Amino acid sequence: MEKNCIYLDNNATTKVDPQVLEAMLPFLTDYYGNPSSMHSFGGQLAKNVRIAREQVAAILGAEASEIIFTSCGSEGDNAAIRAALLAQPEKRHIITTQVEHPAVLSVCKQLETQGYQVTYLSVDGRGQLDLNELEASLTGNTALVTVMYANNETGVIFPIEEIGARVKEYGALFHVDAVQAVGKIPLNLQTSTIDMLTMSGHKIHAPKGIGALYVRRGVRFRPFLIGGHQERGRRAGTENVPGIVALGKAAELELLHLDETTTRERKLRDRLETALLKQIPDCEVNGDTTQRLPNTTNIGFKYIEGEAILLSLNKYGICASSGSACTSGSLEPSHVLRAMGLPYTTLHGSIRFSLCRYTTEAEIEQVIAVMPEIITRLRALSPFKNDDAGWLQQQSQLTHH
Amino acid sequence: MWDYTEKVLDLFYNPKNQGEITIAGEAGVKVATGEVGSIACGDALRLHLKVEVATDKILDARFQTFGCTSAIASSSALTEMVKGLTLDQALLVTNQDIANYLGGLPEAKMHCSVMGQEALEAAIYNYRGIPLASHDEDDEGALICTCFSISDSKIRRVIAENHLTTAEQVTNYVKAGGGCGSCLAKIDDIINEVKQENAKTTLHSNSVPNTQKSLNLGQKKPLTNVQKIALIQKVLDEEVRPVLIADGGDVELYDVEGDKVKVVLQGACSACSSSTATLKIAIEARLRDRVSPEIIVEPV
Repeated sequence: MEKNCIYLDNNATTKVDPQVLEAMLPFLTDYYGNPSSMHSFGGQLAKNVRIAREQVAAILGAEASEIIFTSCGSEGDNAAIRAALLAQPEKRHIITTQVEHPAVLSVCKQLETQGYQVTYLSVDGRGQLDLNELEASLTGNTALVTVMYANNETGVIFPIEEIGARVKEYGALFHVDAVQAVGKIPLNLQTSTIDMLTMSGHKIHAPKGIGALYVRRGVRFRPFLIGGHQERGRRAGTENVPGIVALGKAAELELLHLDETTTRERKLRDRLETALLKQIPDCEVNGDTTQRLPNTTNIGFKYIEGEAILLSLNKYGICASSGSACTSGSLEPSHVLRAMGLPYTTLHGSIRFSLCRYTTEAEIEQVIAVMPEIITRLRALSPFKNDDAGWLQQQSQLTHH
Repeated sequence: MWDYTEKVLDLFYNPKNQGEITIAGEAGVKVATGEVGSIACGDALRLHLKVEVATDKILDARFQTFGCTSAIASSSALTEMVKGLTLDQALLVTNQDIANYLGGLPEAKMHCSVMGQEALEAAIYNYRGIPLASHDEDDEGALICTCFSISDSKIRRVIAENHLTTAEQVTNYVKAGGGCGSCLAKIDDIINEVKQENAKTTLHSNSVPNTQKSLNLGQKKPLTNVQKIALIQKVLDEEVRPVLIADGGDVELYDVEGDKVKVVLQGACSACSSSTATLKIAIEARLRDRVSPEIIVEPV
């Protein structure tokens, strides 16, 4: 098992903060009780769960009673979408975007087979939405608009409040998948148009297996998981006390460091991006650089393939990710980059670096030092050297008439 | 993360024979080029072969590849394998041979080996002036997978050569069905058709088919020792020796111990630097195809 690496894949998952681990450990070892128990050994834990709920509420600018603990971001998305539809059984229309996480897209696809109509909003070349398209899609039949706060692949941030204002005009519910945004963007749900918001622990230095769903007071929420009274009847299942405590602590730390961390990450990210663009020809940033998470950069390197870049980086112990077909587990490149209409010359060679508060300057310098050679080496192997690679253009035209 | 063999990683990190071939004024040689794939599909290979005109022998092979780790390793492996072979011998190289050379490929990456085999075939067809298009669109060349432009004939071929039984395997080998997925039902039908054709061939043929590779390995009754040796001799006489003799070499069957087939390479073959490749590709692959997939050929 490899342990030491330069970890620049924090949009995939993050390291558990030592303070988070320290906070949760006693609840795995000594205090393993069930908070619902009548005896004080178990019952006393309800207090720790309450504190964690307040900590999570604080980072969202919400009330503690509006927080439901879940097992992960995917559960939050599933539960929110189902609940929104159950709350308005007469409405049969959903609006989402083409660039959502599969936890939202797959549910929407399934709902299409169950009598729902789904509008998938398009994005432009920078990965941004067209608010006119949203307005044109909204009707009185729209039950739910579900949109991500920030994109996991490009880091592009959507204009959430502008979207929400339009959603409210039509009386639809507004769900936001904020798995990538929490801890990176200051949030205040009390003054927001958001009705439900999904977050996940392992993206903010808590362990995997814990997340939370914010549900605005007053929203008719029917549980996704039934069979227990936990979470005020909104999510059955014995509380994951160590996970909940960890999420609370992680949220507290994120909130504490939010300004300082985002400034630092942005500086390092910009240094990385600028240096790579300067040293390496034929590459460009994918996504709107003006509205973007401070920790993310997605760069398309033309004429080469992403998995080959990742494996070359891996040799130096550098972890990143790619939207290429070969890394997606399917044969198609990333649905996000395709929705942006990126040319095939860059599509397959896109690499995402995502930083965190542990990323150091030395690590960034190391990436800057090795990348040019990796790209040069792979380009030397490639039959493409420029955009007018005759036979390929012809073949791709034939293939994709 | 993909589970790559050491060989794949080695040929990816230290690829052999990358680049193009230039023959400035060299007499008696020609360069054959084969191009497959496209940037849209995510992988493409341009293969260059330096061919000695008088002997049809591949003197050198180079590749240029746009693609993932296994695409680059497969291309490099291919160039290593075909050097020293004649074009006829090279045409016998299957995608499975490329995968075997690499110590295996993850199932979902088998299409990389198929790309290698196709580029090789394209280069040789180009060299011989056989139009690839007509080869691709032979009688049943209807387009099955529109996402990746895969024809019926190509799917049939990969099913037959690799004994595939599910549409998912076909996707892993040639990508067909891996896009929108709307052709998966058609691929199921083709698999069934190939299966039925095989059943017929087994029923009606009492000799080993000569031009068609045998597709019914799994359904055969085990051969007796005498039958096995006779079959090995027959395959050597009818299919292997004519190719070698044309190159000034020959092979003699020395002994058979279980699955181990001992042969004596003669004439030009005995001194040839590519005799190992000849053994593996021209003889062993043939015998595995015709007699038993377990066969190992060894020189004496």
